Amino acid sequence: MIVDKIKKREPTAKKIENRVDIPVGKWIKCSKCKEILYKEIVRENNAICPNCGNYFRMHINKRIETIIDNGTYERFDLKIENINPLDLEDYPKKLKILREKTGIEEAVGCGIGKINGEEVVICVMDSGFLMGSMGSVVGEKITYSIEKAIELHLPLIIFCVSGGARMQEGIISLMQMAKTTAAISKLNEAGLLYISVLTDPTYGGVTASFASIADIILAEPGAMIGFAGKRVIEQTIGESLPEEFQTAEFLLEHGFIDKIVERADMKETLYKLIKMSQH
Amino acid sequence: MGKKTAWEKVEIARSSKRKTALDYIENIFDEFIELHGDRNFKDDKAIVCGLARMDNQNYTIIAEQKGRNTKENIERNFGMPNPESYRKGIRFMKQAEKFNRPVITFIDTKGAYPGIEAEERGQGEAIASSMLEMSKLKVPVISIIIGEGSSGGALALGVGNRVLMLENAIYSILSPEGYASILWKDSSRVKEAAEKMKLTAQDLFDLKVIDKIIKEPCEEEIKSFEKISKSLKTEIKKIIKELSNMSPDELVEDRYQKFRNMGEYQSLKEEEKCC
Repeated sequence: MIVDKIKKREPTAKKIENRVDIPVGKWIKCSKCKEILYKEIVRENNAICPNCGNYFRMHINKRIETIIDNGTYERFDLKIENINPLDLEDYPKKLKILREKTGIEEAVGCGIGKINGEEVVICVMDSGFLMGSMGSVVGEKITYSIEKAIELHLPLIIFCVSGGARMQEGIISLMQMAKTTAAISKLNEAGLLYISVLTDPTYGGVTASFASIADIILAEPGAMIGFAGKRVIEQTIGESLPEEFQTAEFLLEHGFIDKIVERADMKETLYKLIKMSQH
Repeated sequence: MGKKTAWEKVEIARSSKRKTALDYIENIFDEFIELHGDRNFKDDKAIVCGLARMDNQNYTIIAEQKGRNTKENIERNFGMPNPESYRKGIRFMKQAEKFNRPVITFIDTKGAYPGIEAEERGQGEAIASSMLEMSKLKVPVISIIIGEGSSGGALALGVGNRVLMLENAIYSILSPEGYASILWKDSSRVKEAAEKMKLTAQDLFDLKVIDKIIKEPCEEEIKSFEKISKSLKTEIKKIIKELSNMSPDELVEDRYQKFRNMGEYQSLKEEEKCC
């Protein structure tokens, strides 16, 4: 059974490197079971390998499609764009190419939509855009969304996937951690529900800011989640790390996430949690 | 004395001779009592907490502390906090609010410790919670970067109403070594990275990440130390006087707006921008 297979997944550092978005083209190789799969079939299956149950990283549009009621999603249009605070040669060019390639503007998309009729503010990060890293635009969009949730008195859901703060924008990226965290503090003051969903991978400055301070923290099975990357830790301590280290299951065991939820159950779980938090 | 390069400042900021948080605390305040432990797991010594007094005003101190010799450095994990350090800090932040004491944080770390146990005990959560607690404090908060301010491990204590920085301190998203290695896959390009990263006090002042540069007037360690301590003392008193005009809610809002405005982006069309 697929469910049993999912539970038996054994994430390894190598697999993480290999795990990629569903690429352009008709076929895709599962990084886990190495099976060559027809892309459309994987997509139809919530971006899960039909053969072994491995979770592929999900495109933002697909994520919204699986979580938000059809036709209810309204995107916030902030009309802001990155600048190049450190004057790096290739950064603007890289962003331009990524926008063309991925069809998304930045590493996070935000808006309002309904989950089984319940209105929420939702932010969805996308690993396809500079590994979901948080620079000024991501920080601003998330902060804006938090403030919008406060203004409209709505629950907030953030799907996290990120390598951390965006190196290309230096210290300004670091400051987005404080900015988003302070906004969550305001959301708490307003008594509103915040659920973060950690997906593979969630690291660094995102783990050390809004991702970890939700009322309820969910995670996808097998997702890699941590503050410091495995390689940095291995270099620091001079030994290799156990395979289960920094998996969602490892975090659950150590008390840092509330629940691991399968993709098929995510929408219903979010709906129930929202209903049970209404006062 | 000529203008120093960014890399020279990195070396000064990291120098084992550089004065540490406890040196400044003992020199600036009339009294200081260190208090220990996170009441949960242990007393992590990379962050020092305590109560201090200067001119009839009480303060809560939360400071990243590097060792002043090898033995002390080992005890203090070379100033790299584990989650317990941040949780100790959070305990003292809450207490500061209870007793209406302004909070002074000192920042000096290579970063939060990247270890197995640190991850097991929620390093990311501890840093996030420290920033969360700081951002809602109803007392004045001053953060002072005295040496190395690297990564989230530094920012965890950096959410102040005012952020001061010593002239030769550095503050950055991560170390120049890490930056060069991640961005250029070449950790030998550290000097170039240091120049690019805008990590000096002057760069950060221009970017409005910090509010004031504290001059380090002379090469001679002792004289400089005395002068810096004096400047910090004057500056702390001045800021506390300024902030004392604000109500508790205004203090929170002041801090919120300060970080809310941090971000370098452009509006595509100003009139259509919906925020």
